Amino acid sequence: MVAVRRHTLVVLVEDRPGVMNRVMSLFRQRGFNVDSIAVGHSEQPGLSRMTLVVQGDDRTIEQVTKQLYKLLEVIKVTDVTGENLIQRELALVKVAATERTRGDIMRLVSEVYRARIVDAAPDTLVIEVTGPSEKIDSLITLVRPYGIKEIARTGCVALERGSGAVAVRAEDAVA
Amino acid sequence: MVVETKRVETERPTQAEPASRRSIGARLLCQALEREGVDLIFGYPGGAVIPLYDVLPEFNIHHVLVRHEQGAAHAADGYARATGRPGVCLATSGPGATNLVTGIATAMLDSVPVVAITGQVPQGVIGSDAFQEIDITGITLPITKHNFIIRRVEDIGPTIQKAFYLATTGRPGPVLVDVPKDVLLAEGELAPAEPVQLLGYRPTIVPHRRQIRRAAEVLRAAERPLILAGHGILISGATEELVRFAERTQIPVGLTLLGIGGFPGSHPLCLGMVGMHGFAHANRAIHEADVIVGIGMRFDDRVTGRVSEFAPNAQIIHIDIDPAEIGKNVETAVPVVGDAREALLALLEEMEPQRHDEWLETIASWRKRSSGRSRGVPGALAPQYVVERLHALTEGKAIVTTDVGQHQMWTAQYYTCDVPNQWITSGGLGTMGYGVPSALGVALGRPDAEVWAVVGDGGVQMTMFEFGTIVQEGAKVNIAIVNNGYLGMVRQWQELFHNRNYSETPISSPDYMLIAQAYGIPGRRVTRPEEVDDAIRWARSVDGPTLLEFQVNQEENVYPMIPSGGSIREMIEEA
Repeated sequence: MVAVRRHTLVVLVEDRPGVMNRVMSLFRQRGFNVDSIAVGHSEQPGLSRMTLVVQGDDRTIEQVTKQLYKLLEVIKVTDVTGENLIQRELALVKVAATERTRGDIMRLVSEVYRARIVDAAPDTLVIEVTGPSEKIDSLITLVRPYGIKEIARTGCVALERGSGAVAVRAEDAVA
Repeated sequence: MVVETKRVETERPTQAEPASRRSIGARLLCQALEREGVDLIFGYPGGAVIPLYDVLPEFNIHHVLVRHEQGAAHAADGYARATGRPGVCLATSGPGATNLVTGIATAMLDSVPVVAITGQVPQGVIGSDAFQEIDITGITLPITKHNFIIRRVEDIGPTIQKAFYLATTGRPGPVLVDVPKDVLLAEGELAPAEPVQLLGYRPTIVPHRRQIRRAAEVLRAAERPLILAGHGILISGATEELVRFAERTQIPVGLTLLGIGGFPGSHPLCLGMVGMHGFAHANRAIHEADVIVGIGMRFDDRVTGRVSEFAPNAQIIHIDIDPAEIGKNVETAVPVVGDAREALLALLEEMEPQRHDEWLETIASWRKRSSGRSRGVPGALAPQYVVERLHALTEGKAIVTTDVGQHQMWTAQYYTCDVPNQWITSGGLGTMGYGVPSALGVALGRPDAEVWAVVGDGGVQMTMFEFGTIVQEGAKVNIAIVNNGYLGMVRQWQELFHNRNYSETPISSPDYMLIAQAYGIPGRRVTRPEEVDDAIRWARSVDGPTLLEFQVNQEENVYPMIPSGGSIREMIEEA
């Protein structure tokens, strides 16, 4: 049996209208599973950085990579899965809080998760938490009994530790 | 002074006047097309492209008015396959554009360089569900190699240049360019042609030498090697190199449906077509081979059947220009990314002459045991016989297009092709209705060639309105309808796998002689074997298009057949 696991792919794409559409259309068309997707500017003008968390065995991930490369706007695809990865996601969680529970929630959130309370209303709190997706999952599980009103998550972004960088090098450019 | 200026102006023709390079987008688009060498467009006018049609007569571009935009896309596709040059089709926005879709998808699945130009509503109303507005770049996203929408008049030149570059390089494919009406009407200048630079597009042409050496090592050790040659041989023009390579190494060659013509069919090393309806000996060779070299093909399910039982004894060397094809369907021992011709040239440098006498004798003995293809019921008019006679009387030199289904497979089996680009068929998408419009494109692109559209009674009824275009163009296309009164291939599956439940496969036909007459095409009906030769000879002698209707055995089947998802062990050789 081939091992299906989560891979984190960093995809550098040209910053043009419709690129997200092309990437997502590819995943839909070929039935690849995406857990999360986050997009923003990269360090290079004109290039956006997409971080995709994809499930699949090695052969699927190879196909994902090769198919992504067939898209004209895709400049570089790097599978950064591994120990050496800094992964972060940000979530805003609106949770029900009464006078009685507010203290518990605030203590839990700040002491265990080093998260912040960014809004307090008479019957709700908004928690801001940053960290690996698993940490956010775990926070959500813990506050769920209090009553979650709303969750907004950014999807995962990732960087490798050390001096290595996922960037378009000079030799990647067309001569 | 005023007088002088006027005189200067009258002395210079407007088009050569540098100051008059400023023009409307429609004209710039035509100039950009001419710059790409386009002299033929298959199209259909409509509201959004009226400005383009307004200026088109000023250019050296012949426009073929099809009867339905699907025909334009198929004709452009047939033109491209027969000439090796990109085919161009043109449609208006909305329904014009959506009618192209089947033709574009056909070109995509078979890697054919087609440039489709569509009109679009003015940018000011895009997104408002305006009259004849449709998001054609969205619709064609998965069926084009790439598509563009031109937002500014100054982008016309570079975009058209990119479109042709992308369509024709690397693994070819269709590219769509959507042009809003306001861009066609806006004034601007055509940017000078510059080398196309695309950061995210760099197809590997020359294969890695290390991979070639690895391939050569595996081949040297092989006892029962086999080449599977596909469309990539034709696209890269590698026939000569393939013949040299096969002859030097004495490796037999099986062909995919689209590889037909890529290696001479009558060459002693040619095993003919492989796959679902491939020759029995060719499929046996796959089963017994210890090394398979796939070149410019993609181990499609119609070739492999059940992947787990495909070529169970073979190590696979896979040569393809598209890295995504390698390892997609079958496990590959040696991947080689590159152009087929370049790879063969490199392999020729590595490989010394070899012999595989025992292996070739084994295959020959299979071949002796059965012809490898079924001949049909004796006495009645067998479709196989029709194609066999067509092959004999045209000396195997015609360009043949087909629809999809039984007649397509019989033609693949019986119309042996010895040169590239004479076999034009929809392989990947399997598009019924392809035969007639593609033949039009072939005839206009290759006026030197004899062109036959071998079609079924199902497929021809999907696109036979293009008879009108063929007549209007005076194109010498011979149409051979193989009429069995059924959607024959589906009927065959129903017979073999669904207890003869012929659900919705009997299909009536109009009187094709009256249809031909209505279009002004001379026609003949053939019902008996002894009439076949005469009819074909007659059609060849007629100046202009002809139509032959062959009323063949109704329940003839295509054999051999490996049922879908099956393996060679389930091959049905004969009824």
